[in-house]
Amino acid sequence: MEKEVLFGKTLKELKDIVSQLGLPGFTARQLTEWMYKKHVSTFDQMTNLSKKARQLLNEQYVVGLVPPQSVQESVDGTKKYLFETKGHQFIEAAYLPEENRNTLCVSSQVGCKMGCLFCMTARQGFQRQLTAGEIVNQIASLPEFETLTNVVYMGMGEPMDNIDQVLTSLEILTSDWGYAWSPRRINVSTIGVVPAMRRFIEESEAHLAISLHSPFNKERNQLMPIESVYSAEQVVAALRDYDFGRQRRISFEYIMFKGVNDSAEHVKGLTKLLNGIRCRLNLIHFHPIPDSPLRGSDFRTMEWFRDQLSKKGLTTTIRRSRGEDIYAACGLLSTKELIKQEKEKDY
Amino acid sequence: MERKRKKLNPLSVIDISEISSGVYYLKLERTVDFIPGQVIALAMQPELEPRLYSIASGIKDDYIGILFDINPEGELTPQLASLSIGETVFASDPFGKFNCSPERAVWIATGTGIAPFVSMVRSGRTDNVQLIHGARYLKSFFFSTLFKTELVSDYLRFCTAEAGDGVISGRLTDYLRNKDDLSTDIKYYLCGSSQMVIDVREILLSKGIPFDHIIAEIYF
Repeated sequence: MEKEVLFGKTLKELKDIVSQLGLPGFTARQLTEWMYKKHVSTFDQMTNLSKKARQLLNEQYVVGLVPPQSVQESVDGTKKYLFETKGHQFIEAAYLPEENRNTLCVSSQVGCKMGCLFCMTARQGFQRQLTAGEIVNQIASLPEFETLTNVVYMGMGEPMDNIDQVLTSLEILTSDWGYAWSPRRINVSTIGVVPAMRRFIEESEAHLAISLHSPFNKERNQLMPIESVYSAEQVVAALRDYDFGRQRRISFEYIMFKGVNDSAEHVKGLTKLLNGIRCRLNLIHFHPIPDSPLRGSDFRTMEWFRDQLSKKGLTTTIRRSRGEDIYAACGLLSTKELIKQEKEKDY
Repeated sequence: MERKRKKLNPLSVIDISEISSGVYYLKLERTVDFIPGQVIALAMQPELEPRLYSIASGIKDDYIGILFDINPEGELTPQLASLSIGETVFASDPFGKFNCSPERAVWIATGTGIAPFVSMVRSGRTDNVQLIHGARYLKSFFFSTLFKTELVSDYLRFCTAEAGDGVISGRLTDYLRNKDDLSTDIKYYLCGSSQMVIDVREILLSKGIPFDHIIAEIYF
């Protein structure tokens, strides 16, 4: 029988497990120390656990830290790590070193259900949800873990479509018994699955990034099918229900597509849609994906667009493009690696 | 932070029937208007997290129809399937914009993704439209009688595992891939699993259909 993985369990879950094993309650706290602060990969390395505790844990559980399977490095220092998960399924995490910060972009699902036109991960379809342990493992197993300053949930998958596991992973990252990170070091993105986004806002303190890509309903629907259910207007209306204070950041991500969403009309539309929201708008250059009908706007247009929005009072930045030579935009590596079992399809 | 969520209203079950193995059609009392293609959020209790379902009934019907299949691992669908007439579920007002314009269109659906097209046809949207429906088994062509009656030859069924009268054997993706005269001027509305939407969209794009002529609704 496959042993259960303990990495990714909360303190409360570990307390239940040690209680069931007949071990003292403080063993749970010892486990979190070893797993989340010392990153040991076997129970035998947990030297302050009793021999009986190690034996009982070894019989039924494994720690379950998994190192990356491979890495690609860009000329700009960006590294893209590929992790193999259950059933020969692959996920990606991108390490983005900068002068003053080092960010890891993690995946929350294997594949994705959301079907965005511009996304490589979408082409895999949805394979399965990641567990909180598999999400945190991308961070814990990173060779550059000690240098990390920030984590963004912007890799494969829609975090709000796996909200329970995402919230659990955030609890592990931010609790004193876990990694004790400030939630301000973490940014979680969504395309705007409103009910789960509300849960995230209410149950977490991490920053929120919303993939917008167009202020117009019809056009956004062509890029992102989610728009037919949860429109950008509804997403923004939901945000207006909350007071985010001065520390918690709301940002909107806006990939710029040539001739599609980069006009003066879009400047007007964005200004109107985001009016009164204290936020930042990040303009992103489109990493072209194979056979895509979309092309990225040129940099002159992006600068013009940024300047027009800034003049309207919207804090707008152009996000530096990273790792284009290794294709740091998520999904390509894992899509290549995906061993597609010949599934019976009904279409 | 204070918990805010979509308001769910109690609705009585008017009828529920298993129309195919593991697939149910639920009729709920109707208290509001809707536009064909819209969805409602459904839950067994107002405090529970609701799930979204496309409305599968017409604007002239005096009920809200919901087509669903049982997800054995799901929390809601097994409970929905065991509902009895007169019991209460909780539903949001209709919302969403997967709405079909009156111009000529092709609809493509699999499985319970047929639901919004049921709503459109039952609401009188039967002209200038072709429906391409894919299923593994013949029993999975839900509402085929309605579509055969209303769309006649514009209702194409593709079955991958069985042969049947008036049904084309094979995949709808193969049909689209081999078709050389797909119009690039009309709109294509896709509804079903995300993998179907992605696969069909890629084929349509490869055939020169502009991306802004492809409108998709995904089930998640």
